[in-house]
Amino acid sequence: MRSNTRPATRPAPQDVAAVETRRTARLPTAQLVALALPAALLVAWFVATDVAQLFRANQLPAPTQVLRTAADLAAGGDLFRHVSASIGRALAGFGIGATLALLVSVVVGLSKIVEQALDPTLQGIRSVPSLAWVPFLLLWMGIGETPRVTLIAIGAFFPVYVNLVSGIRNVDRKLVEVGYVFGLSRADLVRRIIVPAALPYLLTGLRVGLGQAWLFLVAAELIASVSGLGFMLIDGQNNARPDIMMVSILTLALLGKLSDGLLRTVERRALAWTDTFQGR
Amino acid sequence: MTSRGMREIDAPILRLEGVSKTFNGQTGAVEALQPVHLDVRAGEFVCLLGPSGCGKSTLLNLIAGLDGPTTGKVFTNGRPVNGPGPDRALIFQDGALFPWLDVRANVEFGLRQAGLAKAERRRRAQRWIDAVHLTGFERSFVHELSGGMRQRVAIARALAIDPAILLMDEPFGALDAMTRDLMHRELESIWEATHKTVLFVTHNVREAVALGDRVLVFAPRPGRIVAEFRIGLPRPRSLEDHALVDQARQITAVLREVGAGAPVNDWGSQSRQAGLTR
Repeated sequence: MRSNTRPATRPAPQDVAAVETRRTARLPTAQLVALALPAALLVAWFVATDVAQLFRANQLPAPTQVLRTAADLAAGGDLFRHVSASIGRALAGFGIGATLALLVSVVVGLSKIVEQALDPTLQGIRSVPSLAWVPFLLLWMGIGETPRVTLIAIGAFFPVYVNLVSGIRNVDRKLVEVGYVFGLSRADLVRRIIVPAALPYLLTGLRVGLGQAWLFLVAAELIASVSGLGFMLIDGQNNARPDIMMVSILTLALLGKLSDGLLRTVERRALAWTDTFQGR
Repeated sequence: MTSRGMREIDAPILRLEGVSKTFNGQTGAVEALQPVHLDVRAGEFVCLLGPSGCGKSTLLNLIAGLDGPTTGKVFTNGRPVNGPGPDRALIFQDGALFPWLDVRANVEFGLRQAGLAKAERRRRAQRWIDAVHLTGFERSFVHELSGGMRQRVAIARALAIDPAILLMDEPFGALDAMTRDLMHRELESIWEATHKTVLFVTHNVREAVALGDRVLVFAPRPGRIVAEFRIGLPRPRSLEDHALVDQARQITAVLREVGAGAPVNDWGSQSRQAGLTR
């Protein structure tokens, strides 16, 4: 029922019971469907390793082995240390990158001349692969948190920027004219009309930007780092411990999925007013 | 066709002095509107009638202050117009409502800008929501409303800021005939109750005759006013009324006449015009 985006068409009282039954009947179904593929992969992994022994343990460790390693790492406090370091960096970088993108997109979106002046350069910078930044960031900022957070901020910036600018340029001209007719100042026009109207694009940008933040995080942590899931990955590789590498990768997947799920929930609530195709 | 009554002595609420508009496009300058002289007195209902591309919407934008005239000046209450102002409200064909706001927040939109306290905004918005018969839909979103209901919200949003002049740009053009008839009656009764001055753009001859005290007939390329009709029919008017149909036929004849000099690609809109009076 959460996918229902029509809050005003509330069911009549006598229908509530029926809706409640459907709610309890339908939600687990959706979750089961979503869990089917990961469960099947897990079973296949288990069969291929523990049961059929198709891989050597130093090639692909068994899920039971990975689970044991994860438990050990968790008990020693290492897992928590790496996870919190990574989350801290990802959030700091994402926060800085997304905020800057919001400000720059509004200025670029509002003004043709600013767009002509800034956009080509920004698009050029956007095409630089994440790893290409690393040597220079280290050169300029030394080894520490600053270059890592900066790299993540760069990764989060562009999806927000690209989406929000095109969102602003897609705002119905008439809505802006209504703003003028009501005498809105430039700041109010942005706050009360342009940003809300471009909100679907902004939220898409934030979701993609958050995903990029996690990608750039690993790039940042692969180099000259002593903590974080990226460090865990490289550490596992250096010590020939594929089980540790697997713990790192699975944790990254889980964190990425969870953070995206949070943003999706925000998106769904914030966009209850849209009337768009929801899939059949 | 201009009658010299007592009312003409009053200073006009809206005066256009040689207002024209030329757009400089990529294919050169396009004269969208030749100089217009027009006086509208307070409380008058004036319809601007003509096929598309005749400059009637351009004129409405100039009066709204969304655009500046190439020559001439617009005055409201004797003061020159230099931009949008709270004395004029504009209503678009599709309503141009804010889809992320519910009906109440849409109607309150201009009131918030005017700096009214929340309770007062709520009270005033409710008054207009009731006036356009949307009581009970305060919390509905735009996509949940029919086309007619959306236009009611647009009218309520415009009237809530209490403008002296209501500028309506084909507000009922996208509605079905039955809804449009209903909206005509409701607009007429709101107009009679509030004494607003209305400028109403339409390409529908009968709509213009049913609503207007005065109908200004526009011709395209270049956009200009070619005729003016005073409609003295008693209100409320019925679209089936013989006098109204006769009046509409006269105006249609004028439209055909001026259309004769227009380029070939404009015939389509004229046959539609003619069709409307049948």
